[in-house]
Amino acid sequence: MAELLQFVSSGLTVGAIYALVALGFTLIYKASDIINFAQGEFVMLGGMTTVFMTLAGVPLPLAASIAIVATTAIGVALHRFAIEPARGASAVSLIMITIGASIFLRGTAQIVFDRRFHSLPPLLGADPIHFGGAAILPQSLVVLASATVIVTLLWLFIDRTLLGKAVLATAANRLAARLIGIDTRRIVEFSFAISAAIGAIAGILITPIALTSYDVGTLLALKGFAAAMLGGIGSALGAVVGGLLIGMIEAFAAGYLSSNYKDAVAFLIILVVLIFIPQGLFGRAKIERV
Amino acid sequence: MLSIENVTSAYGRIEVLHGVTLHVDAGEIVSLIGANGAGKTTLMHAISGVQPITGGTIRFEGEPIEQRPAHVRVTFAISQVPEGRQVFEPLSVKDNLRLGAWTRRDADLEPDIARVCALFPMLKTMWKTPAGALSGGQQQMLAIGRALMAKPRLLLLDEPSMGLAPNLVDHVLSVIRALKDDGLTILLVEQNASAALAIADRAYVLETGRVTLSGTAAEIQTDSRVKEAYLGI
Repeated sequence: MAELLQFVSSGLTVGAIYALVALGFTLIYKASDIINFAQGEFVMLGGMTTVFMTLAGVPLPLAASIAIVATTAIGVALHRFAIEPARGASAVSLIMITIGASIFLRGTAQIVFDRRFHSLPPLLGADPIHFGGAAILPQSLVVLASATVIVTLLWLFIDRTLLGKAVLATAANRLAARLIGIDTRRIVEFSFAISAAIGAIAGILITPIALTSYDVGTLLALKGFAAAMLGGIGSALGAVVGGLLIGMIEAFAAGYLSSNYKDAVAFLIILVVLIFIPQGLFGRAKIERV
Repeated sequence: MLSIENVTSAYGRIEVLHGVTLHVDAGEIVSLIGANGAGKTTLMHAISGVQPITGGTIRFEGEPIEQRPAHVRVTFAISQVPEGRQVFEPLSVKDNLRLGAWTRRDADLEPDIARVCALFPMLKTMWKTPAGALSGGQQQMLAIGRALMAKPRLLLLDEPSMGLAPNLVDHVLSVIRALKDDGLTILLVEQNASAALAIADRAYVLETGRVTLSGTAAEIQTDSRVKEAYLGI
């Protein structure tokens, strides 16, 4: 029982991070049909920038804020200088561009930062909380609480503001959105900005638990992508549920089978989803009305 | 009000508009008729700026607008009801209308919403319904209402009667006439030529990317070629 609780808590923690990465995928995909494989690099940039700012003596809250702003700026730059000039290219070409951007960002990070692993001090200390025989890291609670806040804010933004509705409108029908005067380029750019910011926050939150280095983005992007696929690409609810599920399954596989298989789980899930439920858990089949 | 000169447009290397010239004066209903694939929708898209043109000029109230992006043209008071309605299906009727006024979102929208609801009282009863759950006719009314929310002076209507039941076609046509009486200028694309000519002041016939005939609605209606090809009499 204590073991189960332990796996659940660590599964939910890492799952919350996957959920945030998956949300980043979802937002950009919704607004532009692009799968942004540089999403993982946003997570890396958030963590690494914070680490190096704190090493330079900047207080943690300020360092984290700067990291989020800088990553957001990189997200916008990615759209403006790499995606936008290729406007009109096929979705596959645009996805290739994001893969290229991901490699570029990883390479640059290796030079600007370094090749070692880094950590950050946990926000609420490192002493585990004992609960039902399981030891839960306080940082896990920070991760879960922050993820909840981000998801809630994002939902409020989309559901309650006209700008949020404009994002939905652009996602639902790009042509009609342009015809009513929405500058859809700006909407896509905005979705890159928000996705980058969410990615950066995820990177800062997970660093005290899982460490960070210039190349953590690759695996995180693939796990987040698996989460988005499992939930149904394009569904925000699916991204959150998919992320938590993958985190849990991974934790159980690592605990009950072997931690060697931990990373294989996400890929197995991608395969199963693609073969048996390509629309994902919450993805909707398109309904046409005449 | 709108004058199009020698406009050409292409999809990739295939040119579909081969130098279209036409004009719409203030207060008119001008109808553009033609068969499937004649380039009517392409021309409408070109006017709104969602289809690039490869040559020619488009002037609105004397100003060339062909270099302006689509979202800027809406602020010039050119609004389009696209072919196939294209409502935002996951969004409610209310949100569709509010987004119609996106370019003037600081303005007080209540009078405009009231005006649209007076034209289409049905919309008010389905206020929170997702647009995708509306019938085809209701979606068409929503699409027209959404375009009106931008407060256009020129309204481009692309096949508003497509797929509608005959009594709905009459309703939509009467609304178009009422809008004209309110001073709106209208460019109406129709395959349903008899319906279009019944309310238009003037008309152009578009065939494979070229204007082949133009004149008053009455002239076009009595032209033997049009009778045979489009009116079926």
